[in-house]
Amino acid sequence: MNKFKFDWLILPIIGVVIVLLTWHGLAGRKVFKLTDTVTKEDLSALVIALPEGAAQWNAVAAQLKNKQIEAATATSLPPAVWTAVKDSYEEIRVGPIPDLPNVAETWISSLPYMKEPFAKRGEMDQGILRFTWYSLVLVSKGYAIALLIGVPIGFFLGLSPTFTKMFDPLIQVLRPVSPLAWLPLGLILFMRAGPEAGTYAALFTIALCGMWPTVLNTAVGVRAVPQDYLNVGRVLKLSRWKMLTKILIPATLPYMFTGFRLSLGICWLAIVAAEMLTGRPGAGGFLWQEYNALIYEHIIFSILVIGVVGLILDRLMSLIEARFKAIS
Amino acid sequence: MSNFLEISQLVKTFPTPKGPLTIVRDFDLGMKKGEFITLIGHSGCGKSTVLSMIAGLSDVTTGVIVLAGKEVVGAGPDRGVVFQAPCLLPWFTAFENVMLGIDQVYYTASKLERQQIAEYYLSLVGLADSMHKYPGELSQGMRQRCGIARAFALSPKMLLLDEPFGMLDSLTKYELQDVLLNLWQRDQKTALMVTHDVDEALYLSDRVVMMTDGPEATVGAILEVNFPRPRTRKQLLEDPEYYRLREYLLTFLNERSHHRPGQAGQPALATHH
Repeated sequence: MNKFKFDWLILPIIGVVIVLLTWHGLAGRKVFKLTDTVTKEDLSALVIALPEGAAQWNAVAAQLKNKQIEAATATSLPPAVWTAVKDSYEEIRVGPIPDLPNVAETWISSLPYMKEPFAKRGEMDQGILRFTWYSLVLVSKGYAIALLIGVPIGFFLGLSPTFTKMFDPLIQVLRPVSPLAWLPLGLILFMRAGPEAGTYAALFTIALCGMWPTVLNTAVGVRAVPQDYLNVGRVLKLSRWKMLTKILIPATLPYMFTGFRLSLGICWLAIVAAEMLTGRPGAGGFLWQEYNALIYEHIIFSILVIGVVGLILDRLMSLIEARFKAIS
Repeated sequence: MSNFLEISQLVKTFPTPKGPLTIVRDFDLGMKKGEFITLIGHSGCGKSTVLSMIAGLSDVTTGVIVLAGKEVVGAGPDRGVVFQAPCLLPWFTAFENVMLGIDQVYYTASKLERQQIAEYYLSLVGLADSMHKYPGELSQGMRQRCGIARAFALSPKMLLLDEPFGMLDSLTKYELQDVLLNLWQRDQKTALMVTHDVDEALYLSDRVVMMTDGPEATVGAILEVNFPRPRTRKQLLEDPEYYRLREYLLTFLNERSHHRPGQAGQPALATHH
């Protein structure tokens, strides 16, 4: 039990902490830098001019003495003091990678999207689950197309060596092509389809990229059907249809589900590319929009959400896959 | 009287990178209706190849197999096959496995009648209580019982059994041999069984066909087994003739199976005296 906890709880937590620390070490932070034209005398004059300013100056002098003060220090000053001196400072980012948002900034900036996951404040400003839902709807459509096309192709490949020799080289060439490469072609194909052209192009990309694992695994599964099962069918003189439904498909299902799981993973990969290039609202579209809006925290947030959703989808498919593996 | 099953000049060659390899050559055998014959030989000698050619699962290179006056072409449910591994489809229950064949053969019968046939044969092999279990939930022996029920339920012209008890422990094997004998006597089926178990061959068959070793395997000798039926294991074990036949079979397998008949020093056809 202790070993179990160590392996499955403590070690992953250590891993996450290491990554967070590295992130924090690399990330930038916001500081206030004294403008070159302002001297310490100017600052003290500003503060002393305040009611009870002289008394306050003694207390804050140590903190304002540096050319650069942390954001936290600034907020801890008496509000009246900070208001008085604020214009003497400029806001800059420092750190190894100044523009990379740090952990705390990402968390705070993402909170509204998690607190109201279904909010709709605008086309591109919605709760994260709402965005995820849009993406899932699009993915499920593309995935369904991928399976509907991929399974029959897989069966043809598995059953016919001629078909395999004809099309396998082509499949091997098309399989490694990235979703980003397919999308422009999809946009051209559906250019005259009207306002929904982007959706069709996205579906085209998702289906085309996602179907290969289903095609190949189905083909492998069909070839791996034990000869014994086929002999049973031959001895009984089963019709082609019965051979397919009673023997081939059930025997191939475990392989098909492995393909289905991998296909879903790839469809989910393709969704981000598709949404980015077509500007659709969704988890991937949000990411791209926030990059353009310079809200870098939300890029990291989107990446995490996309990853978590992908993981959940994969786990769900694994469960279904395991069920089918258990039967045969 | 002409034979029910007539195999003549059967040859099987397989292509190999080094040229065609002849597994079986000039295999001749005639079987009377209702006869039980076992085919015995060393493993790899080609006896299963002969069986699968009769079943139609493997193509005949040259030669003819005639069953009930018709040449055998391709597989079909008129020849019930019991495989070594029971080959039940794991996604169907024992009942559904048997029904798959029955639906094929008795397609004119009503659904109820078909179900009754399946239930009848499953009960005969002792699976009345577990017919709705999946193969994964059944023991090896129970799966093979189902395999036997599936073959008999189709009411085939003849039965082909490919080492059906090869993977079972001795006790289960004895039980299943009796199950098989019972069904065989009840249905008066012609049965050809491949085995490498001498005792099994003697207990079950009317004749034992001994095959020489491959390649180019053929019939080495045929032994008549004339014990009265129904047989019991006890009665056989008390009969001195049993030990004589057993000795004869073992001697053949140990010494003579390595030569094709007709070669120097070998009698062309051996029968016991």
